[in-house]
Amino acid sequence: MTPLHYYLIFAALLFSVGLAGALMRRNAILVLIGIELMLNAANLNFIAFWRYSPTANELVGLMFVLFSIGIAAAEAAVGLAIIISIYRHHRSTQLQHVDRLKG
Amino acid sequence: MRMLSDIPIAFLMIAAVTLVSAVCAMSLRNLVHCGLCLVLTFVGLAATYLHLSAEFVGFAQVLVYVGAVAILIVFTILLTRNAEVTLSPVSQSSLVGLGIAIAVCGSLVLPLVTSPSLRRLPAQSLAPDAQVQRIGEKLMAQYVIPLEALALVLTAAMIGAVVIAMRDDPERNDPSPSPQNQKDTGSVSNSPAGTALNSSSSTSSSQRP
Repeated sequence: MTPLHYYLIFAALLFSVGLAGALMRRNAILVLIGIELMLNAANLNFIAFWRYSPTANELVGLMFVLFSIGIAAAEAAVGLAIIISIYRHHRSTQLQHVDRLKG
Repeated sequence: MRMLSDIPIAFLMIAAVTLVSAVCAMSLRNLVHCGLCLVLTFVGLAATYLHLSAEFVGFAQVLVYVGAVAILIVFTILLTRNAEVTLSPVSQSSLVGLGIAIAVCGSLVLPLVTSPSLRRLPAQSLAPDAQVQRIGEKLMAQYVIPLEALALVLTAAMIGAVVIAMRDDPERNDPSPSPQNQKDTGSVSNSPAGTALNSSSSTSSSQRP
């Protein structure tokens, strides 16, 4: 069976890829994709720790991931609606064009 | 030194495909290609969940992410299609972002690689009893209040997404507004959405008890 830290390293790399994309890309949709990747990396950590825990039959980590998937779906729906609304006002989804609230 | 049979080949293949597709999803120029690579990443994560004997979460991942979120993202990319401008040169802030990501990656991976405590954990463990029946019993008994709260959150998010993305007034939407005109449409067309949001939230909160 695969050792636990393989999964943790995998999740850490996935989190870093998502973070790099969310910080570097200029497109709002790609920033949202990066946030989704980071959420998925956290879910993978929960599942891996649940699988290797001595009280795995309590299903705590599994339940947390199920609720996290639901929250992530709500977040994606609202985020994409905001992006569409921004596109309708500014004709662009580039983040550097949306600076009306900048002081 | 590890034996060759100890190397988890299935896990390494899944992880490699998932990581490569994640990097592609974050770095490709064409946004549609980014969305399709994101689908591959989600499928790889679902395979990892199946590999960890969390079957229900794996199939929920396929249903929610591959079936709903990825399709939503691809639809948004297609709806904002002509927004693809020429790529800007690598700016200083993106280099700062890359540096932050590499620092976070190092600070996460380095303790994992050097820690001796993780290797003491038992590598073999029985698969836990995570049948769908037990998950349903847990959801309906122990986690019923979070489940109801999640249902409320999803309903509110659905209504909110529809209200936010709704076209408020089609005749006021001219494609190339001048700055003054744009300011007008912004302030005028913001108010119906704001009042609609307020009224819907107030009606829903008044109906709820």
